Amino acid sequence: MVLSYFYRRVRSYVSSPSSVPSATSAAQAPATGTARVKRGMAEQLKGGVIMDVVTPEQAKIAEDAGAVAVMALERVPADIRKDGGVARMSDPDMIEGIIEAVTIPVMAKSRIGHFVEAQLLQALGVDYIDESEVLTPADEVNHSDKFAFTTPFVCGATNLGEALRRISEGAAMIRSKGEAGTGNVVEAVRHMRQINGDIGRLKSLDSHELYGAAKELRAPYELVREVAELGKLPVVLFSAGGVATPADAALMRQLGAEGVFVGSGIFKSGDPAKRAASIVKATTFYDDPKIIADASRGLGEAMVGINCDTLPEGERYASRGW
Amino acid sequence: MSTPTVGVLALQGDVREHFAALAAAGAHTCAVRRPEELAAVDGLVVPGGESTTISKLAVAFGLMEPLRERVRAGMPAYGSCAGMILLADKILDASPVSAGGQEQETVGGIDMIVRRNAFGRQNESFEAPLDVKGVEGGPVEGVFIRAPWVESTGERAETLAVHDGHTVAVRQDALLATSFHPELTGDHRVHAMFVEMVRAAAA
Repeated sequence: MVLSYFYRRVRSYVSSPSSVPSATSAAQAPATGTARVKRGMAEQLKGGVIMDVVTPEQAKIAEDAGAVAVMALERVPADIRKDGGVARMSDPDMIEGIIEAVTIPVMAKSRIGHFVEAQLLQALGVDYIDESEVLTPADEVNHSDKFAFTTPFVCGATNLGEALRRISEGAAMIRSKGEAGTGNVVEAVRHMRQINGDIGRLKSLDSHELYGAAKELRAPYELVREVAELGKLPVVLFSAGGVATPADAALMRQLGAEGVFVGSGIFKSGDPAKRAASIVKATTFYDDPKIIADASRGLGEAMVGINCDTLPEGERYASRGW
Repeated sequence: MSTPTVGVLALQGDVREHFAALAAAGAHTCAVRRPEELAAVDGLVVPGGESTTISKLAVAFGLMEPLRERVRAGMPAYGSCAGMILLADKILDASPVSAGGQEQETVGGIDMIVRRNAFGRQNESFEAPLDVKGVEGGPVEGVFIRAPWVESTGERAETLAVHDGHTVAVRQDALLATSFHPELTGDHRVHAMFVEMVRAAAA
């Protein structure tokens, strides 16, 4: 009973592009919150940069630099690391201030499993909810049921199984986790290579082997089969967690990310406006070293990085989420 | 010319989906990020995406003027969503200009005023079937994502589709624009109409 309910919902989410319209009349009521408008929203962000901002002024700088969206939060991950304590959803006034300051989409973070924070973010009118390991998890077993929302969700993943579990819960976009707030791209690279490596291995399996693969990945068989057929995730895949330079952004694109999130890397640097615009350029021309080199000139100081291998286990955000 | 080459402006946005739809509609496709790539195409799709980002990158990489010149010279172009905004002569609700910032520029070409994000934020994004003039075989699936609408059109622009009293598809000579995203539906009839326009312009 529980299982069949689960699979029905997964199945209903595995999109089947219909080439022939089924409706015979154009008078049908509009449908909001469908898989297609949730996933389609992420498709519109592809090739772009989503920037962490903590004030309306920073949001405006990000928009002027060409960001495709901003992530409204109270503290950037580097400061969350420094300050310690419990990190929660941002203040509603602060999120509204940012929504009013810009015309591009605004995202905001809820704690993992804190579906009431997510309900608040939906009520505030944010365009995407990031159920994020950067905040302190509220539930160490369950993530939020993302099908219960009209607002789409993006979730982090370190490997394919984790990505597919999030998609099976309704995530409409995935970002590799990386290690936020370090300015060190090593974990972002590890996770992107892991996800795409896992997809590559699935593609080489025959139909019998896909059932075993689903068991190993701890992911629904339907989604595993869909990924094996598509050769990619059924939703948009961005990179996050550690991008600090234009070259970092281009690296993640060349490794298969369809766009990048930049957190602390911009507003913890010497000249945020210039660095932001340069990262946007490098993300579009990720395969043109001459343009990336030009974009990398005269940016001032990059954020001071943290070596991930010196991080104590409890301070690794990527291990949050299950 | 039986198989025209249609470029997709590939600065940002849902480029891959347009490639797939154009290929299914019988066109060769290529990515356009540089002036010399623009010079090589018979027609151009401006994809869905974030119009402020696409506009800023087009200005930064010297593509805005060549785009305007080719559109003025009659190159067929089709814009969906953000692409509709970029093909509009005038836009409303552009991002406010900050100190030292530049106003959001468009390529223009279609004599219309387009309002950005007119249908609301993402929570209000929707799907609805839509009758489109010139597309045979029943309504298309209209996928509207933070979509703009056409506030008003000049005499030369023809309205092709209306949703809830608002114009959501427009054609003017060899230029086509839709508020919605046919490239996300697997229904290639709108792209087929555009590829026909490219063929007709080359004939």
